[in-house]
Amino acid sequence: MAKAFDVRKQWGFTTIAIICFVTLYLPVILLVIYSFNAGSSVAIWEGVSLRWYRSAWENTQVQEATIRSLVIALWASGISTSAAVLAALATTRVRPFKGYSAVFAAINQPLMVPEIVTAVALLIFFAGIKVQTGYTGLAYIIIAHAAFCIPFAYLPIRARLTGMDLSLEQAAADLYATPFQVFRRITLPQLWPGILAGAMLAFVISLDDVVITEFVKSAGQDTLPTYMLGQLRRNITPEVNAISTVLLGISVTMVIAFFFVSRIKK
Amino acid sequence: MADVSEVPSARERAIVRNRWLLLTPALAILIFAASGPLLITLTYSFLTPGDYGGVEWKFSTDAWFNVILQRDIFDDTLMFADAHLSILWRSVKLSLMTTIGAIILGFPTAYFIATRPKAHRDFWMLLIIIPFWTNLLIRTFAVMELIRNEGTLNTLLMAVGIIDDPIQILYTETAIMIGMLYVYLPLMVLPLYASMERLDFSLVEAGYDLYATRFAVLRRIILPLVKPGLIAGSILVFVPSLGAYVTPRVMGGGKQLMLGNLIELQFGQGRNWPLGAALSITLLAIVMVALIFYVRAAGKEEVPHG
Repeated sequence: MAKAFDVRKQWGFTTIAIICFVTLYLPVILLVIYSFNAGSSVAIWEGVSLRWYRSAWENTQVQEATIRSLVIALWASGISTSAAVLAALATTRVRPFKGYSAVFAAINQPLMVPEIVTAVALLIFFAGIKVQTGYTGLAYIIIAHAAFCIPFAYLPIRARLTGMDLSLEQAAADLYATPFQVFRRITLPQLWPGILAGAMLAFVISLDDVVITEFVKSAGQDTLPTYMLGQLRRNITPEVNAISTVLLGISVTMVIAFFFVSRIKK
Repeated sequence: MADVSEVPSARERAIVRNRWLLLTPALAILIFAASGPLLITLTYSFLTPGDYGGVEWKFSTDAWFNVILQRDIFDDTLMFADAHLSILWRSVKLSLMTTIGAIILGFPTAYFIATRPKAHRDFWMLLIIIPFWTNLLIRTFAVMELIRNEGTLNTLLMAVGIIDDPIQILYTETAIMIGMLYVYLPLMVLPLYASMERLDFSLVEAGYDLYATRFAVLRRIILPLVKPGLIAGSILVFVPSLGAYVTPRVMGGGKQLMLGNLIELQFGQGRNWPLGAALSITLLAIVMVALIFYVRAAGKEEVPHG
């Protein structure tokens, strides 16, 4: 009977959708569960223990990689967010100007070019600079991260700015406020949820990066993800799961926080 | 003497100057660490490889020849570079299969979410978005630990007695495809859902009331209306699959290379930077063609339905 048809109850589609949700989460949940395994297998359960968290915590390579990851992510998100705020102020709430689409394409370039291509290009470029200057510090990784974080910081800031009314700023300017005063007293208080959202997104993106870091880093500059990638050749123990679980925790917290921050009323 | 018309133009000039001042930091970083290096890569693809990596500054088009051709070391005849072509073919094949797999799984999922009550949809979408924002390497690891010979899947199957020996899935093409499908699936669901959410489901009911079969309803009503989302999702899955590096490295274990791994090889053991540069630019060109195709298709679609 035709009347029995209901768009909501397509059991075939519903089944596939449920399978989809389960398979999206099952491997990650198993990974988290086995990080608490007392045994040294990632597939055979031998009881609950924090053994692998302790071993990761005491592993000096992991400690150094963690600190390096955090330092890089903080610098990269700071630099990219500052640059993105200025760029958003210049490209939002203005009439389309000459070069607008070129600027927009440049900002979004890291989203379009495959990561491996950028990674190789940076390897070539930085290898030349390293030879010329002799400097092999973290700045290369930080500037590389800052570049691909710009579009991620830019988008939420731009979204927030687009919805903001210009009239308050114009009123302030008419009352002889300097451009800096206008920005600090009027624009910034309305814009900060966008800035915070952009900075958090940039932080997560930087923290998670593998490919570009892998190609740009000098010897002994492993971040947590490249350290984990390097562990692949060895026997996998739940220590990798423990590190993954901590990284996952940071990412998920940031994403959920991002969700709430970007919903703050304008 | 100040001409009246010059006053706004001076102001206009100040606005333009301020705008470019504000853009300077972002553009400087992007040119230094994104666009500029790409141009250097293009230059390097026309140079001669150095003996220990790096390049010699001698013009050569060999790298571009070597992308698909190779010269026989004995009689100098040209032939197709089988190794490169098979890797190129594997990259395209696995990316297409991943895209098709993502449609098969993603379409019903997007449909399911779009037909939930409005208040619940955000929750279901959050479930899709969270994996998308979590570390790609960790998600790949999670799948790898599941399908390894000593992994949960094989252990479980052997314990139940379905199989006696572990099934070798890891380090095969299938493993790479499963891995890419797993990490890129959210990219299919997001745009498909965006299209489907706007779909008027009373049209579907009307079609069904008029005795259309389920398949006819899908093909004649749903598909034409969600086509922009379907195209967007396919490009969003296909493009990163083609340039994938981490997933084939973890799941293929260095035995099943894809284009990204072939490129890396030229900067490691291969010591042929110009070839690596030429392969990178090739990959970039394929991706750009796919993106232009996407922009064209999306532009066309918006007019009749807008």
